[in-house]
Amino acid sequence: MIDRMQTDRPLLEIRDLHVAVGETEILRGVDLTVRLGEVHAIMGPNGSGKSTLAGVLAGRPEFTVTSGDALYQGENLLTLAMPPENRARDGIFLAFQYPVELPGVRTWQFLKAAVDALREHRGQKQLSIREFDSLVEEARQLVEIEPGLIKRSVNEGFSGGEKKRNEILQLALLDPTLALLDETDSGLDIDALRIVANGINQFRGPSKAIVLVTHYQRILNYITPDYVHVLVDGRIVRSGGKELALELEEKGYDWVRDPTAAGAEVTA
Amino acid sequence: MTQAPAKHDRYAADHKTFQQATEADRPAWVRRLNDLAFARFSKLGLPTARKGNEKWKYTNVAPIARAEFGYALDSGPNEVTSADLRRTAPWNDGWTSLVFVNGHYSEALSSIPAAGNGVVVTGLAAATGTHGDTVESHLGRYASLDDDAFTALNTAFLGDGAFVRVPDGTELESPVHLVFVSTEESEPQVSHPRVLVVAGPGSKATVIETYIGPDKGRYFTNAVTEIAVGEGATVDHYRLLLESETAYHVGSNRVHISEDGRFNSRSFQKGTGFGRYDLYVLLNGPGAYCELNGLYMTSGSQHMDNFINIDHAKPHTTSRLYYKGILDGKSRAVFGGTVWVRKDAQKTDALQSDKNLVLSPDAEVDSKPALFIYADDVKCGHGATAGNIDMETVFYMRSRGIDLETASRLLIYGFASGIIDTVEVDDLRSYLEKSFLESLPTYKFEF
Repeated sequence: MIDRMQTDRPLLEIRDLHVAVGETEILRGVDLTVRLGEVHAIMGPNGSGKSTLAGVLAGRPEFTVTSGDALYQGENLLTLAMPPENRARDGIFLAFQYPVELPGVRTWQFLKAAVDALREHRGQKQLSIREFDSLVEEARQLVEIEPGLIKRSVNEGFSGGEKKRNEILQLALLDPTLALLDETDSGLDIDALRIVANGINQFRGPSKAIVLVTHYQRILNYITPDYVHVLVDGRIVRSGGKELALELEEKGYDWVRDPTAAGAEVTA
Repeated sequence: MTQAPAKHDRYAADHKTFQQATEADRPAWVRRLNDLAFARFSKLGLPTARKGNEKWKYTNVAPIARAEFGYALDSGPNEVTSADLRRTAPWNDGWTSLVFVNGHYSEALSSIPAAGNGVVVTGLAAATGTHGDTVESHLGRYASLDDDAFTALNTAFLGDGAFVRVPDGTELESPVHLVFVSTEESEPQVSHPRVLVVAGPGSKATVIETYIGPDKGRYFTNAVTEIAVGEGATVDHYRLLLESETAYHVGSNRVHISEDGRFNSRSFQKGTGFGRYDLYVLLNGPGAYCELNGLYMTSGSQHMDNFINIDHAKPHTTSRLYYKGILDGKSRAVFGGTVWVRKDAQKTDALQSDKNLVLSPDAEVDSKPALFIYADDVKCGHGATAGNIDMETVFYMRSRGIDLETASRLLIYGFASGIIDTVEVDDLRSYLEKSFLESLPTYKFEF
């Protein structure tokens, strides 16, 4: 009975979420339920609030939650004002749209600090250097980046594609429960897109969930979503299955923007 | 009629005692230099004036002028042990180490393996006897008394110090480490460390200067270094300022580089309450090159002033200057970096940058890079920055589960590491990594 209840409880439950940056309201009542094993694609035009949704869940400090809830594993991230590092340790991972350069902080050192923090939080014993190196090597091979980049400053002098692949390397290494992927496909050539998508598909599984924020349908050719949501002006205006993405690609965002369009309805 | 200020009386009395008590230790030409220098010092006085005092615009030497620093004729009653040195300074038994206690050479603490090849590493007092001609032709030739009261004062008390001579075409096998240690005395005390490095044509040498002192008791270190880099010679110079917050430190370093000579300077400044480092590099022959790397880290009420002049006197000379500062507390740092390109110095290539991480709203940096160019075919650039930690970098790290404190330490250390990485002596680099990493300030984040 208890087991069944836990299985039934969504991993993430967002209810009527309103978020502002300064005086400007970006999210204006978002509802979204994500269960383990699911992949949700959030699509929408520029400025619709997609990145804000991903950022607020990861604890980005510049956003103000004006109302609503976001329950993760039953805990309210927002009323607890949970610091980003605690969210990360509890299994939330944000792949950045613009991965940040950390001058002078070597990738190896950065990854080690992150893995150490996670393992300590989980009560696992710390890895030996050898064990850690072999995990990093496995993740590196998955995303096919040069071994030399591990020794360099994080993202400094990396190409756009290398930065995005480095995000997926971190996803593989840190093995979170909920992956928030913010425009991970943007700026990738076809080979890099294939590598990144492969990394995400490797991660995908019954004990994981993915929220994939994207402007284009392209990446969904590689990662088949269970649900597609269309975010416009801070609200999810449509939800559906994977076929919704194709329909959007064909008809453009104006189709969902227009409330009189046939079949358009706001998801409750 | 200018009356000598009362605060200089102590120096005058001590100088008189010094000249009388140690007369037999120094040749006549050194004693004459001592007297000449003291006369010059008396005339100049310490640069306390606020008006027309560009060189000391952001650093007020009044605290030094006000304090009565006594000069001791010997290293004093407080014993320094070899264990003390190993605890507070980088140390390697394979290095040639010369130790000076309160400015006086300590044979017992020093270790000078037989150098061979005509290499001379010795106390300066001994060198004036054994290598009088070389010393006489270089000593005081680069560090001019004319307009620098601190150099004049140092020279007035010049008797001991370090002398390194590397003959033509010879490479020093191990670094020469000069350790200047001050001890805790009941009265404020001054020492006048003096270093002379003469690198013959085509030679190669690594010289490390380390300044350390006690946590308590006021002391003033007034150091002067002169380095002559011969044609095609390379001198790697390291300077570690690791004194305590009760210290006053004024250091001058005068470097002359001949044709195709190279001078690499790495300066690390962590300790001293009040500090000034005045580095002058003359690129005096075509092909001469210098790279000056510096890292200063200040906290509490520390004050650190770097005053650097790079003088491109001849064509086809190159200079690189990369300094970084980490400021915390109510500390203050001054960076005055000036590149001079003389009329004849065509094809000069000069670059200087000073970057500062200012971690506290009460800390302040005055960074003034400047270029004076009198030639027309040159490539020069300069820049200075001051800012706090970028919050996006912090959020990125936190989003990976790294706590604020660890994130800030990694970022602050990352900022400093580029300078520490330039250290080519392995044991010294490890020492600096550890020493700087352990004392990095923790950034207090405000939300």
